[in-house]
Amino acid sequence: MRVIKDNHVVEDNWERVDELENDGPLPAGQVIIPFSYWRDNREQLISSGKTVAVCVNGDDETDEVARDLEHFELIALDFPKFTDGRSYSHARLLRERFGYEGEIRAVGDVLQDQLFYMQRCGIDSFQVREDKDINKALGALKGFSVKYQTAADGALPVYRLRGSA
Amino acid sequence: MYQYDNYDQTIVNERVEQFRDQTRRFLAGELTEDEFRPLRLMNGLYIQRYAPMLRVAIPYGLLSSKQMRMLAHIAREYDKDYGHFSTRQNIQYNWLQLERVPDILADLASVEMHAIQTSGNCIRNVTSDHFAGIADDEIEDPRPYAEIIRQWSTFHPEFSFLPRKFKIAVNGAENDRAATQVHDIGVYLVKNEDGEVGFKVLVGGGQGRTPYIGAFIRDFLEKKHLLSYLEAIMRVYNRYGRRDNLFKARIKILVYALGPEKFACLVEEEWEKIKDSALVLDQAEIDRVKTYFTLPDYDPDADKDHGCEEKQKSDKAFRDWVRRNVKGHKAAGYRAVMISLKAPDVPPGDATDKQMDSIADLADQYSASEIVVTHDQNLVLPHVKQGDLYALWQALDKENLATPNIGLLTDMICCPGLDFCQLANAGSIPIAMQINQKFSDLDYLHDIGEIKVKMSGCMNACGHHHVGHIGILGVDKKGVEYYQLTLGGSAENDAAVGDRLGPAIEKEKVAETIGELLQVYVENRIEEERFLDTYRRIGIKPFKERVYATANNTKESNSRGVKAVASH
Repeated sequence: MRVIKDNHVVEDNWERVDELENDGPLPAGQVIIPFSYWRDNREQLISSGKTVAVCVNGDDETDEVARDLEHFELIALDFPKFTDGRSYSHARLLRERFGYEGEIRAVGDVLQDQLFYMQRCGIDSFQVREDKDINKALGALKGFSVKYQTAADGALPVYRLRGSA
Repeated sequence: MYQYDNYDQTIVNERVEQFRDQTRRFLAGELTEDEFRPLRLMNGLYIQRYAPMLRVAIPYGLLSSKQMRMLAHIAREYDKDYGHFSTRQNIQYNWLQLERVPDILADLASVEMHAIQTSGNCIRNVTSDHFAGIADDEIEDPRPYAEIIRQWSTFHPEFSFLPRKFKIAVNGAENDRAATQVHDIGVYLVKNEDGEVGFKVLVGGGQGRTPYIGAFIRDFLEKKHLLSYLEAIMRVYNRYGRRDNLFKARIKILVYALGPEKFACLVEEEWEKIKDSALVLDQAEIDRVKTYFTLPDYDPDADKDHGCEEKQKSDKAFRDWVRRNVKGHKAAGYRAVMISLKAPDVPPGDATDKQMDSIADLADQYSASEIVVTHDQNLVLPHVKQGDLYALWQALDKENLATPNIGLLTDMICCPGLDFCQLANAGSIPIAMQINQKFSDLDYLHDIGEIKVKMSGCMNACGHHHVGHIGILGVDKKGVEYYQLTLGGSAENDAAVGDRLGPAIEKEKVAETIGELLQVYVENRIEEERFLDTYRRIGIKPFKERVYATANNTKESNSRGVKAVASH
């Protein structure tokens, strides 16, 4: 599978597992497990010493995810429909409030016209929807050269730039 | 007025190119209709009943004459020679071709205008008081703050895919002229006990199918915290607003489901964590933006010209116009002139390209090149010398722009309705026409005095019917248009949602029924009472009785008539 990461299209082996019995075993390989699975098996997974990748959806509480950041190698944020914008808040909070430095990946209905916003909120890898041209999407990451407001990308709001000019 | 610098211009220019590419991809089949929809909507482009409709942003309603000429040009070049000014202080064009919209946006960008976030589930055009800057009851000019909010909300990366649309209004005067309490967020400039000016904030106001008056969640907010506080509200809404049901997705539903106090707690909790971040609004930026909203150099001798008072004595038409359409001003010898877009023979809020050009010329000649759009769908020339009133009136009259009906019955708010809108259940414009036909006697209208009639063609309430003194809502009953009346609404300081009068009435009877309501008012009013005051004093019962008694009598006599025929 190909994803956009660090402004490049790269091959990647992380696989999202949605259908996972919460009392079932952890599948082998590079899998992204639902955050609810982590929640239910938390102590056991922590004591196993493994780092895992979790997929967080809009209903999950960011604060709860934030508690265990040291165990997450990757956090996938789900966009079940691209019009569902809850994960933008997750992303900013994970980066800005909780200081998560690992990979945050957008998964689900990920389309080129949203990538700019996602990136500004701190998402740094993108699993573009399979039927779309990922190379074209990459071109859209650039978005606007001017950013009026601050976000997880640390952009200075335009009014600060004006002040320093 | 505000002028773009390099940053502002760049973002608008880049948006034009981005939308050009999105339109190209859609037309090439690379984007499906579903994928293109939110992209075009974020740019004010709807696919309507007959053609695409483009809504152009007029931030807080303020236009230069140059911008007005561009709006006229667009009407002429790309549309059927007219545009429609909306209750959001914007302008809409109804007959466009999709392929040409990128060119329209480029034309707009050339005069520092755009259509960004005029629709879609994002923060919409920020609205304000149409007398901002010139009102004598003003605490502080709200427009610099509206502009600061406009910039902060433009392409906000976190809040571009909200559960639902989001409207913010800012009012800076004692009197609320921005319908602030029926906005998702309403911001009032207020002075605290120490004489410091800051903001009082309300959330959860809104119209639509579930109308609510907003709840105050903060009595005083320091100016430097404006953006962090707004961001805290938006974040709570973005995370917890309902997304499972379109009709329950507005912030008002969240606010009233949690209760305003609980909602306020969540906001405060979030705000505590971000209020000292990069969101702090520097005084330097406030000052910078303020420098754009200075007043023109007023003529200190303006109040010495009394020529128009003489003209009023001799010319009744001019006198009527001055009485209704000319408003006070904080500068001596100056007036705010309302241009009525409610001529009897024209759909409310519509203006032709020729009218727009004339208004631009008159603004240059008489009003420091400024024009303001009101949420009542009229225009204001904000800086007119009293000595120029007569000449201005004559010029406006020539263009059918001097109907002396501001605040009167025929100064209706009216949505485009079934004639244009995909969502509408019933016509609005034909009802406006019906009302105009029945109530053509100006002296009667003046006698009735101030009354706000507001009309929507469906429960989305674009025509603000909930907050009309008389509200009219078009409904569809098995394919037939009916009209539901409400009484006692208000969008001002005494904001209230109107009460339902009774069963919806037939289309042909709307104007007649309004006549009956007015009759009840005339019979009951005391001295200078307005319709709304009388209604509040005597309640709905006498109105209800009159309207439905008549209806029942007609029905009874009809049925008796039928029986009589049958028995013969």
